[in-house]
Amino acid sequence: MDFVIEQRTVILEGFWMTVRLTVLSGVLSLLFGTVLAVMRVCPIPPLRWAGAFYVTVVRNTPLTLVFVFSTFGLPRLEIRFSFVTFAIIALTVYTSSFVCEVVRSGINSVAAGEIEAARAIGLPFGQTLGQVVLPQAFRAVIPPLTSVFIALTKNTSIAVAFSVAEATSILRRLQNQDASATFPLLLTTAAGYIVLTLFLSFSFSRLERRVAVAR
Amino acid sequence: MQAISDERLIGSDHLLELSNVQKHFGPLHVLKDINLTVDRGEVVVVIGPSGSGKSTLCRAINRLEPIDSGTVKVDGEPLPAEGKALARLRSDVGMVFQSFNLFSHKTALENVTLGPVKVRGLRKAEADERARELLDRVGLAEKADAMPAQLSGGQQQRVAIARALAMEPKLLLFDEPTSALDPEMISEVLDVMVELAGSGMTMIVVSHEMGFARKAAHRVVFMDEGEIVETATPADFFDNPTSRRAKSFLSKILSH
Ligand SMILES: Nc1ncnc2c1ncn2[C@@H]1O[C@H](COP(=O)(O)OP(=O)(O)OP(=O)(O)O)[C@@H](O)[C@H]1O
Ligand SMILES: [Mg+2]
Repeated sequence: MDFVIEQRTVILEGFWMTVRLTVLSGVLSLLFGTVLAVMRVCPIPPLRWAGAFYVTVVRNTPLTLVFVFSTFGLPRLEIRFSFVTFAIIALTVYTSSFVCEVVRSGINSVAAGEIEAARAIGLPFGQTLGQVVLPQAFRAVIPPLTSVFIALTKNTSIAVAFSVAEATSILRRLQNQDASATFPLLLTTAAGYIVLTLFLSFSFSRLERRVAVAR
Repeated sequence: MQAISDERLIGSDHLLELSNVQKHFGPLHVLKDINLTVDRGEVVVVIGPSGSGKSTLCRAINRLEPIDSGTVKVDGEPLPAEGKALARLRSDVGMVFQSFNLFSHKTALENVTLGPVKVRGLRKAEADERARELLDRVGLAEKADAMPAQLSGGQQQRVAIARALAMEPKLLLFDEPTSALDPEMISEVLDVMVELAGSGMTMIVVSHEMGFARKAAHRVVFMDEGEIVETATPADFFDNPTSRRAKSFLSKILSH
Protein backbone atom coordinates (compact mmCIF):
# COMPACT_ATOMS: atom_id res chain seq x y z
CA MET A 1 0.00 0.00 0.00
CA ASP A 2 2.93 2.31 0.72
CA PHE A 3 3.91 2.08 -2.93
CA VAL A 4 0.43 3.24 -3.95
CA ILE A 5 0.64 6.26 -1.66
CA GLU A 6 4.15 7.01 -2.86
CA GLN A 7 2.98 6.98 -6.48
CA ARG A 8 -0.26 8.86 -5.87
CA THR A 9 0.49 11.76 -8.20
CA VAL A 10 1.15 9.42 -11.10
CA ILE A 11 -2.02 7.46 -10.33
CA LEU A 12 -4.06 10.65 -10.03
CA GLU A 13 -2.64 11.87 -13.33
CA GLY A 14 -3.78 8.61 -14.89
CA PHE A 15 -7.28 9.12 -13.60
CA TRP A 16 -7.25 12.72 -14.70
CA MET A 17 -6.59 11.44 -18.24
CA THR A 18 -9.48 8.97 -17.82
CA VAL A 19 -11.75 11.84 -16.81
CA ARG A 20 -10.64 13.93 -19.78
CA LEU A 21 -11.17 11.09 -22.23
CA THR A 22 -14.59 10.36 -20.73
CA VAL A 23 -15.83 13.95 -20.67
CA LEU A 24 -14.59 14.90 -24.12
CA SER A 25 -15.75 11.75 -25.89
CA GLY A 26 -18.95 11.82 -23.80
CA VAL A 27 -19.90 15.31 -24.93
CA LEU A 28 -18.94 14.60 -28.55
CA SER A 29 -20.85 11.28 -28.52
CA LEU A 30 -23.92 12.97 -27.13
CA LEU A 31 -23.85 15.53 -29.95
CA PHE A 32 -23.00 13.14 -32.74
CA GLY A 33 -25.27 10.38 -31.40
CA THR A 34 -28.19 12.84 -31.29
CA VAL A 35 -27.49 13.89 -34.88
CA LEU A 36 -27.52 10.21 -35.87
CA ALA A 37 -30.80 9.64 -34.01
CA VAL A 38 -32.38 12.62 -35.77
CA MET A 39 -31.14 11.25 -39.10
CA ARG A 40 -32.79 7.94 -38.29
CA VAL A 41 -36.21 9.56 -37.74
CA CYS A 42 -36.08 12.33 -40.33
CA PRO A 43 -38.35 12.31 -43.39
CA ILE A 44 -35.45 11.99 -45.88
CA PRO A 45 -34.87 8.29 -46.70
CA PRO A 46 -31.14 8.48 -47.66
CA LEU A 47 -30.32 10.11 -44.30
CA ARG A 48 -32.33 7.44 -42.51
CA TRP A 49 -30.43 4.73 -44.36
CA ALA A 50 -27.07 6.36 -43.62
CA GLY A 51 -27.91 6.55 -39.91
CA ALA A 52 -29.05 2.93 -39.78
CA PHE A 53 -25.96 1.78 -41.69
CA TYR A 54 -23.61 3.62 -39.34
CA VAL A 55 -25.22 2.15 -36.24
CA THR A 56 -25.31 -1.39 -37.66
CA VAL A 57 -21.64 -1.31 -38.61
CA VAL A 58 -20.14 0.53 -35.65
CA ARG A 59 -22.24 -0.95 -32.86
CA ASN A 60 -21.32 -4.44 -33.99
CA THR A 61 -17.58 -3.79 -34.25
CA PRO A 62 -15.39 -4.47 -31.18
CA LEU A 63 -14.09 -1.26 -29.65
CA THR A 64 -10.50 -2.47 -29.97
CA LEU A 65 -10.95 -2.68 -33.74
CA VAL A 66 -12.35 0.85 -33.82
CA PHE A 67 -9.23 1.93 -31.94
CA VAL A 68 -7.01 0.13 -34.44
CA PHE A 69 -8.76 1.89 -37.32
CA SER A 70 -8.39 5.24 -35.59
CA THR A 71 -4.75 5.00 -34.41
CA PHE A 72 -3.27 3.06 -37.34
CA GLY A 73 -5.78 3.66 -40.15
CA LEU A 74 -6.10 7.43 -39.96
CA PRO A 75 -2.30 8.10 -40.06
CA ARG A 76 -2.21 6.11 -43.29
CA LEU A 77 -4.58 8.71 -44.71
CA GLU A 78 -2.03 11.33 -43.70
CA ILE A 79 -4.22 12.34 -40.77
CA ARG A 80 -1.89 12.87 -37.84
CA PHE A 81 -3.07 13.67 -34.35
CA SER A 82 -1.79 12.84 -30.89
CA PHE A 83 -2.67 9.42 -29.47
CA VAL A 84 -5.10 11.14 -27.11
CA THR A 85 -6.99 12.65 -30.04
CA PHE A 86 -7.12 9.30 -31.81
CA ALA A 87 -8.45 7.75 -28.62
CA ILE A 88 -11.16 10.42 -28.37
CA ILE A 89 -12.10 9.85 -32.02
CA ALA A 90 -12.35 6.09 -31.51
CA LEU A 91 -14.38 6.41 -28.31
CA THR A 92 -16.70 8.98 -29.89
CA VAL A 93 -17.29 6.97 -33.05
CA TYR A 94 -18.10 3.91 -30.97
CA THR A 95 -20.18 5.49 -28.20
CA SER A 96 -22.22 7.61 -30.64
CA SER A 97 -23.85 4.50 -32.06
CA PHE A 98 -25.11 3.56 -28.59
CA VAL A 99 -26.20 7.11 -27.78
CA CYS A 100 -28.05 7.16 -31.12
CA GLU A 101 -30.14 4.12 -30.28
CA VAL A 102 -30.93 5.35 -26.78
CA VAL A 103 -31.96 8.81 -28.00
CA ARG A 104 -33.99 7.26 -30.80
CA SER A 105 -35.96 5.19 -28.31
CA GLY A 106 -36.58 8.42 -26.40
CA ILE A 107 -37.81 10.13 -29.55
CA ASN A 108 -40.18 7.25 -30.20
CA SER A 109 -41.60 7.59 -26.71
CA VAL A 110 -42.82 11.15 -27.35
CA ALA A 111 -46.60 11.18 -27.92
CA ALA A 112 -47.43 11.36 -31.62
CA GLY A 113 -50.27 13.75 -30.81
CA GLU A 114 -47.85 16.32 -29.39
CA ILE A 115 -45.75 16.20 -32.53
CA GLU A 116 -48.88 16.73 -34.56
CA ALA A 117 -49.89 19.64 -32.33
CA ALA A 118 -46.46 21.20 -32.89
CA ARG A 119 -46.82 20.87 -36.66
CA ALA A 120 -50.36 22.24 -36.45
CA ILE A 121 -49.18 25.51 -34.88
CA GLY A 122 -46.75 25.86 -37.77
CA LEU A 123 -43.46 24.71 -36.26
CA PRO A 124 -41.18 23.40 -39.01
CA PHE A 125 -39.39 20.04 -38.61
CA GLY A 126 -36.30 21.44 -36.89
CA GLN A 127 -38.21 23.40 -34.28
CA THR A 128 -40.67 20.58 -33.65
CA LEU A 129 -37.61 18.51 -32.89
CA GLY A 130 -35.80 21.11 -30.81
CA GLN A 131 -38.74 22.46 -28.86
CA VAL A 132 -41.00 19.47 -28.38
CA VAL A 133 -39.40 16.15 -29.27
CA LEU A 134 -35.79 16.24 -28.03
CA PRO A 135 -36.44 17.91 -24.66
CA GLN A 136 -38.91 15.14 -23.84
CA ALA A 137 -36.78 12.41 -25.41
CA PHE A 138 -33.74 13.30 -23.28
CA ARG A 139 -35.80 13.39 -20.10
CA ALA A 140 -37.04 9.89 -20.87
CA VAL A 141 -33.61 8.39 -21.55
CA ILE A 142 -31.43 9.72 -18.72
CA PRO A 143 -31.21 6.28 -17.01
CA PRO A 144 -30.12 4.33 -20.14
CA LEU A 145 -27.79 7.20 -21.13
CA THR A 146 -26.17 6.88 -17.71
CA SER A 147 -25.36 3.25 -18.52
CA VAL A 148 -23.87 4.25 -21.86
CA PHE A 149 -21.61 6.81 -20.18
CA ILE A 150 -20.55 4.37 -17.46
CA ALA A 151 -19.57 1.94 -20.20
CA LEU A 152 -17.67 4.79 -21.86
CA THR A 153 -15.78 5.57 -18.64
CA LYS A 154 -14.57 1.99 -18.49
CA ASN A 155 -13.99 1.76 -22.24
CA THR A 156 -11.44 4.55 -21.96
CA SER A 157 -9.15 1.86 -20.52
CA ILE A 158 -8.81 0.37 -24.02
CA ALA A 159 -6.69 3.44 -24.73
CA VAL A 160 -4.00 1.75 -22.61
CA ALA A 161 -3.06 -0.41 -25.55
CA PHE A 162 -2.64 2.68 -27.71
CA SER A 163 -0.05 4.59 -25.71
CA VAL A 164 -2.38 6.87 -23.78
CA ALA A 165 -1.39 7.31 -20.17
CA GLU A 166 -4.80 6.86 -18.57
CA ALA A 167 -5.54 5.10 -15.30
CA THR A 168 -5.21 1.50 -16.46
CA SER A 169 -1.94 2.03 -18.30
CA ILE A 170 -0.47 3.74 -15.25
CA LEU A 171 -1.53 0.67 -13.27
CA ARG A 172 0.39 -1.55 -15.69
CA ARG A 173 3.48 0.59 -15.58
CA LEU A 174 3.62 0.79 -11.83
CA GLN A 175 2.95 -2.90 -11.55
CA ASN A 176 6.06 -3.54 -13.58
CA GLN A 177 8.07 -1.33 -11.28
CA ASP A 178 7.02 -3.17 -8.14
CA ALA A 179 5.41 -6.55 -8.62
CA SER A 180 4.57 -6.90 -4.92
CA ALA A 181 2.27 -3.88 -5.18
CA THR A 182 0.04 -5.57 -7.77
CA PHE A 183 -2.88 -6.18 -5.44
CA PRO A 184 -3.05 -2.74 -3.82
CA LEU A 185 -2.63 -1.16 -7.26
CA LEU A 186 -5.47 -3.21 -8.72
CA LEU A 187 -7.75 -2.37 -5.80
CA THR A 188 -6.89 1.31 -5.98
CA THR A 189 -7.54 1.44 -9.70
CA ALA A 190 -10.83 -0.46 -9.41
CA ALA A 191 -11.89 1.88 -6.59
CA GLY A 192 -10.98 4.85 -8.75
CA TYR A 193 -13.25 3.67 -11.56
CA ILE A 194 -16.06 3.04 -9.10
CA VAL A 195 -15.70 6.54 -7.67
CA LEU A 196 -15.85 8.02 -11.18
CA THR A 197 -18.88 6.00 -12.29
CA LEU A 198 -20.74 6.51 -9.02
CA PHE A 199 -20.21 10.22 -9.36
CA LEU A 200 -21.57 10.00 -12.89
CA SER A 201 -24.65 7.98 -11.81
CA PHE A 202 -25.28 10.35 -8.94
CA SER A 203 -25.08 13.45 -11.16
CA PHE A 204 -27.37 11.94 -13.76
CA SER A 205 -30.01 10.84 -11.29
CA ARG A 206 -30.00 14.32 -9.77
CA LEU A 207 -30.41 15.73 -13.25
CA GLU A 208 -33.24 13.31 -13.86
CA ARG A 209 -35.09 14.42 -10.76
CA ARG A 210 -34.54 18.07 -11.58
CA VAL A 211 -35.99 17.88 -15.08
CA ALA A 212 -38.67 15.27 -14.34
CA VAL A 213 -42.05 16.21 -15.76
CA ALA A 214 -45.02 15.67 -13.50
CA ARG A 215 -47.28 13.11 -15.17
CA MET B 1 -71.50 43.26 -64.79
CA GLN B 2 -73.77 42.32 -61.94
CA ALA B 3 -72.81 38.66 -62.17
CA ILE B 4 -69.10 39.41 -62.10
CA SER B 5 -69.20 41.60 -59.02
CA ASP B 6 -71.42 39.05 -57.25
CA GLU B 7 -68.93 36.38 -58.01
CA ARG B 8 -66.10 38.50 -56.69
CA LEU B 9 -68.02 39.24 -53.56
CA ILE B 10 -68.70 35.57 -52.96
CA GLY B 11 -65.15 34.65 -53.92
CA SER B 12 -63.66 37.00 -51.38
CA ASP B 13 -65.96 35.64 -48.68
CA HIS B 14 -64.79 32.09 -49.05
CA LEU B 15 -62.16 31.50 -46.44
CA LEU B 16 -61.85 27.81 -47.17
CA GLU B 17 -62.42 26.02 -50.44
CA LEU B 18 -62.05 22.31 -50.90
CA SER B 19 -62.54 21.08 -54.46
CA ASN B 20 -62.55 17.50 -55.65
CA VAL B 21 -60.46 16.31 -52.71
CA GLN B 22 -59.65 12.60 -52.86
CA LYS B 23 -57.83 10.56 -50.25
CA HIS B 24 -57.05 6.86 -50.00
CA PHE B 25 -55.47 4.84 -47.24
CA GLY B 26 -54.24 1.91 -49.29
CA PRO B 27 -57.35 0.42 -50.89
CA LEU B 28 -59.65 2.38 -48.57
CA HIS B 29 -61.24 5.42 -50.22
CA VAL B 30 -61.54 7.74 -47.22
CA LEU B 31 -62.43 11.08 -48.84
CA LYS B 32 -64.53 10.78 -51.98
CA ASP B 33 -64.53 13.89 -54.12
CA ILE B 34 -65.09 16.37 -51.29
CA ASN B 35 -66.31 19.83 -52.26
CA LEU B 36 -66.85 22.26 -49.44
CA THR B 37 -66.63 25.99 -49.02
CA VAL B 38 -66.69 27.82 -45.73
CA ASP B 39 -67.27 31.54 -45.49
CA ARG B 40 -65.50 33.95 -43.22
CA GLY B 41 -67.12 33.88 -39.79
CA GLU B 42 -69.07 30.75 -40.55
CA VAL B 43 -69.37 27.90 -38.07
CA VAL B 44 -69.75 24.48 -39.66
CA VAL B 45 -70.45 21.35 -37.65
CA VAL B 46 -69.36 18.07 -39.25
CA ILE B 47 -71.24 15.02 -38.11
CA GLY B 48 -71.24 11.39 -39.19
CA PRO B 49 -70.66 7.82 -38.13
CA SER B 50 -67.31 6.54 -36.89
CA GLY B 51 -64.90 5.94 -39.75
CA SER B 52 -66.76 8.24 -42.14
CA GLY B 53 -63.65 10.39 -42.65
CA LYS B 54 -64.34 13.39 -40.42
CA SER B 55 -60.90 13.42 -38.80
CA THR B 56 -59.22 12.82 -42.13
CA LEU B 57 -61.11 15.80 -43.55
CA CYS B 58 -59.85 18.06 -40.75
CA ARG B 59 -56.32 16.79 -41.13
CA ALA B 60 -56.44 17.25 -44.89
CA ILE B 61 -57.44 20.89 -44.40
CA ASN B 62 -54.12 21.75 -42.73
CA ARG B 63 -52.22 19.00 -44.50
CA LEU B 64 -51.33 16.99 -41.47
CA GLU B 65 -52.50 14.35 -43.92
CA PRO B 66 -51.50 14.75 -47.56
CA ILE B 67 -54.27 14.33 -50.12
CA ASP B 68 -54.17 12.31 -53.35
CA SER B 69 -55.76 14.92 -55.58
CA GLY B 70 -57.93 18.02 -55.51
CA THR B 71 -57.19 21.41 -53.97
CA VAL B 72 -57.42 22.96 -50.54
CA LYS B 73 -57.41 26.75 -50.57
CA VAL B 74 -57.17 28.80 -47.41
CA ASP B 75 -58.01 32.45 -47.97
CA GLY B 76 -57.52 32.00 -51.72
CA GLU B 77 -54.05 30.46 -51.39
CA PRO B 78 -53.63 26.80 -52.30
CA LEU B 79 -51.81 24.80 -49.63
CA PRO B 80 -48.23 24.17 -50.74
CA ALA B 81 -46.51 20.80 -50.41
CA GLU B 82 -44.23 20.17 -47.41
CA GLY B 83 -41.73 22.80 -46.42
CA LYS B 84 -41.46 26.25 -44.86
CA ALA B 85 -44.34 27.70 -46.89
CA LEU B 86 -46.63 24.95 -45.69
CA ALA B 87 -45.61 25.48 -42.07
CA ARG B 88 -46.44 29.19 -42.41
CA LEU B 89 -49.81 28.60 -44.00
CA ARG B 90 -50.58 25.87 -41.52
CA SER B 91 -50.08 28.32 -38.68
CA ASP B 92 -53.12 30.21 -40.05
CA VAL B 93 -55.27 27.15 -39.43
CA GLY B 94 -55.60 26.28 -35.77
CA MET B 95 -56.40 22.78 -34.64
CA VAL B 96 -57.87 21.45 -31.43
CA PHE B 97 -57.60 17.70 -30.91
CA GLN B 98 -59.75 15.15 -29.14
CA SER B 99 -56.85 14.20 -26.87
CA PHE B 100 -55.72 17.83 -26.19
CA ASN B 101 -52.09 17.08 -27.06
CA LEU B 102 -50.60 19.76 -24.85
CA PHE B 103 -46.79 19.76 -24.72
CA SER B 104 -46.37 17.84 -21.49
CA HIS B 105 -42.98 19.34 -20.57
CA LYS B 106 -44.20 22.92 -20.79
CA THR B 107 -46.48 24.96 -18.52
CA ALA B 108 -49.89 26.12 -19.71
CA LEU B 109 -48.41 29.54 -20.45
CA GLU B 110 -45.44 28.09 -22.37
CA ASN B 111 -47.81 25.92 -24.39
CA VAL B 112 -49.60 29.08 -25.49
CA THR B 113 -46.49 31.18 -26.17
CA LEU B 114 -44.41 28.61 -28.07
CA GLY B 115 -46.04 29.25 -31.45
CA PRO B 116 -46.14 33.05 -31.26
CA VAL B 117 -42.47 33.22 -30.21
CA LYS B 118 -41.03 30.55 -32.53
CA VAL B 119 -43.28 30.89 -35.57
CA ARG B 120 -44.47 34.49 -35.47
CA GLY B 121 -41.27 35.88 -33.95
CA LEU B 122 -43.02 37.74 -31.13
CA ARG B 123 -40.91 39.02 -28.22
CA LYS B 124 -41.27 36.85 -25.15
CA ALA B 125 -42.71 39.57 -22.91
CA GLU B 126 -45.33 40.43 -25.49
CA ALA B 127 -46.21 36.78 -26.10
CA ASP B 128 -46.53 36.21 -22.35
CA GLU B 129 -48.88 39.11 -21.95
CA ARG B 130 -51.11 37.99 -24.81
CA ALA B 131 -51.04 34.40 -23.60
CA ARG B 132 -52.23 35.53 -20.18
CA GLU B 133 -55.10 37.40 -21.81
CA LEU B 134 -56.05 34.28 -23.75
CA LEU B 135 -55.84 32.05 -20.68
CA ASP B 136 -58.07 34.57 -18.96
CA ARG B 137 -60.49 34.40 -21.86
CA VAL B 138 -60.82 30.62 -21.48
CA GLY B 139 -61.17 31.01 -17.70
CA LEU B 140 -57.73 29.76 -16.69
CA ALA B 141 -55.85 32.90 -15.73
CA GLU B 142 -54.70 31.36 -12.45
CA LYS B 143 -53.43 28.16 -14.12
CA ALA B 144 -50.74 29.82 -16.23
CA ASP B 145 -47.88 28.07 -14.42
CA ALA B 146 -49.51 24.64 -14.10
CA MET B 147 -48.13 21.68 -16.00
CA PRO B 148 -50.61 19.82 -18.25
CA ALA B 149 -50.60 16.79 -15.93
CA GLN B 150 -51.83 19.01 -13.12
CA LEU B 151 -54.91 20.10 -15.09
CA SER B 152 -58.24 18.36 -15.59
CA GLY B 153 -59.24 17.28 -19.08
CA GLY B 154 -61.56 20.24 -19.51
CA GLN B 155 -58.84 22.64 -18.39
CA GLN B 156 -56.30 21.04 -20.71
CA GLN B 157 -58.67 21.39 -23.64
CA ARG B 158 -59.23 25.07 -22.83
CA VAL B 159 -55.46 25.61 -22.74
CA ALA B 160 -55.31 23.86 -26.13
CA ILE B 161 -57.92 26.30 -27.44
CA ALA B 162 -55.90 29.23 -26.09
CA ARG B 163 -52.79 27.77 -27.74
CA ALA B 164 -54.59 27.62 -31.09
CA LEU B 165 -55.98 31.15 -30.66
CA ALA B 166 -52.54 32.54 -29.87
CA MET B 167 -51.57 32.08 -33.52
CA GLU B 168 -54.46 34.37 -34.49
CA PRO B 169 -55.67 31.76 -36.97
CA LYS B 170 -58.04 32.54 -39.78
CA LEU B 171 -59.76 29.24 -39.25
CA LEU B 172 -60.06 26.88 -36.30
CA LEU B 173 -60.58 23.14 -36.67
CA PHE B 174 -61.98 21.13 -33.77
CA ASP B 175 -61.81 17.34 -34.01
CA GLU B 176 -64.23 15.96 -31.41
CA PRO B 177 -62.99 18.40 -28.76
CA THR B 178 -65.27 17.07 -26.04
CA SER B 179 -65.32 13.32 -26.74
CA ALA B 180 -62.53 12.53 -24.32
CA LEU B 181 -64.07 14.54 -21.50
CA ASP B 182 -66.17 13.59 -18.51
CA PRO B 183 -69.72 14.92 -18.82
CA GLU B 184 -69.27 17.64 -16.21
CA MET B 185 -66.34 19.12 -18.15
CA ILE B 186 -67.99 19.13 -21.54
CA SER B 187 -69.97 22.29 -20.96
CA GLU B 188 -66.97 24.36 -19.81
CA VAL B 189 -65.31 23.64 -23.15
CA LEU B 190 -68.48 24.12 -25.19
CA ASP B 191 -69.09 27.47 -23.46
CA VAL B 192 -65.69 28.68 -24.66
CA MET B 193 -66.47 27.46 -28.18
CA VAL B 194 -69.88 29.16 -28.23
CA GLU B 195 -68.23 32.40 -27.13
CA LEU B 196 -65.65 32.01 -29.92
CA ALA B 197 -68.34 31.35 -32.51
CA GLY B 198 -70.17 34.47 -31.33
CA SER B 199 -67.00 36.54 -31.72
CA GLY B 200 -66.93 35.81 -35.45
CA MET B 201 -64.26 33.10 -35.58
CA THR B 202 -64.51 30.78 -38.56
CA MET B 203 -64.80 27.26 -37.22
CA ILE B 204 -65.14 23.71 -38.44
CA VAL B 205 -66.23 21.50 -35.58
CA VAL B 206 -66.44 17.73 -35.73
CA SER B 207 -68.84 16.99 -32.92
CA HIS B 208 -71.99 15.13 -32.07
CA GLU B 209 -72.97 17.73 -29.50
CA MET B 210 -76.37 18.67 -30.85
CA GLY B 211 -76.85 21.46 -28.34
CA PHE B 212 -73.70 23.18 -29.56
CA ALA B 213 -74.70 22.70 -33.20
CA ARG B 214 -78.13 24.22 -32.65
CA LYS B 215 -76.79 27.11 -30.60
CA ALA B 216 -73.69 28.07 -32.55
CA ALA B 217 -73.54 26.46 -35.99
CA HIS B 218 -74.65 28.03 -39.22
CA ARG B 219 -74.48 24.78 -41.10
CA VAL B 220 -74.31 21.08 -40.45
CA VAL B 221 -72.39 18.85 -42.85
CA PHE B 222 -73.26 15.18 -42.66
CA MET B 223 -70.57 12.72 -43.83
CA ASP B 224 -70.87 9.01 -44.42
CA GLU B 225 -68.34 6.63 -45.97
CA GLY B 226 -66.09 9.45 -47.12
CA GLU B 227 -68.80 11.48 -48.81
CA ILE B 228 -70.64 14.64 -47.88
CA VAL B 229 -74.17 13.33 -47.96
CA GLU B 230 -76.17 16.27 -46.74
CA THR B 231 -75.67 19.93 -45.86
CA ALA B 232 -78.33 21.88 -44.00
CA THR B 233 -79.00 24.38 -41.24
CA PRO B 234 -78.87 22.75 -37.80
CA ALA B 235 -82.65 23.02 -37.32
CA ASP B 236 -83.40 21.48 -40.72
CA PHE B 237 -80.82 18.76 -40.31
CA PHE B 238 -81.84 17.58 -36.86
CA ASP B 239 -85.62 18.00 -37.34
CA ASN B 240 -86.03 17.11 -41.04
CA PRO B 241 -83.05 15.19 -42.39
CA THR B 242 -83.64 14.43 -46.07
CA SER B 243 -81.23 11.57 -46.84
CA ARG B 244 -81.91 8.06 -45.71
CA ARG B 245 -78.41 7.73 -44.29
CA ALA B 246 -78.77 10.86 -42.16
CA LYS B 247 -82.12 9.68 -40.87
CA SER B 248 -80.71 6.33 -39.86
CA PHE B 249 -77.63 7.93 -38.23
CA LEU B 250 -79.75 10.40 -36.26
CA SER B 251 -82.12 7.73 -35.07
CA LYS B 252 -79.10 5.85 -33.70
CA ILE B 253 -77.55 8.75 -31.80
CA LEU B 254 -80.93 9.97 -30.55
CA SER B 255 -81.91 6.60 -29.15
CA HIS B 256 -79.12 6.87 -26.54
N1 LIG C 1 -53.32 6.59 -40.85
C1 LIG C 1 -54.27 5.76 -41.32
N2 LIG C 1 -53.94 4.64 -41.99
C2 LIG C 1 -54.88 3.81 -42.48
N3 LIG C 1 -56.20 4.01 -42.35
C3 LIG C 1 -56.60 5.10 -41.68
C4 LIG C 1 -55.66 6.03 -41.12
N4 LIG C 1 -56.35 7.02 -40.51
C5 LIG C 1 -57.65 6.71 -40.68
N5 LIG C 1 -57.83 5.58 -41.38
C6 LIG C 1 -59.11 4.97 -41.76
O1 LIG C 1 -59.81 5.92 -42.54
C7 LIG C 1 -61.19 5.89 -42.22
C8 LIG C 1 -61.65 7.27 -41.81
O2 LIG C 1 -61.03 7.59 -40.57
P1 LIG C 1 -61.33 8.91 -39.77
O3 LIG C 1 -60.48 8.91 -38.56
O4 LIG C 1 -61.24 10.07 -40.67
O5 LIG C 1 -62.86 8.71 -39.35
P2 LIG C 1 -63.73 9.56 -38.36
O6 LIG C 1 -64.97 9.93 -39.11
O7 LIG C 1 -62.97 10.65 -37.77
O8 LIG C 1 -64.11 8.49 -37.26
P3 LIG C 1 -64.32 8.68 -35.67
O9 LIG C 1 -65.68 9.25 -35.46
O10 LIG C 1 -64.20 7.29 -35.14
O11 LIG C 1 -63.21 9.56 -35.18
C9 LIG C 1 -61.37 4.84 -41.15
O12 LIG C 1 -61.83 3.66 -41.79
C10 LIG C 1 -60.00 4.65 -40.58
O13 LIG C 1 -59.82 3.34 -40.16
MG1 LIG D 1 -62.19 11.04 -35.82
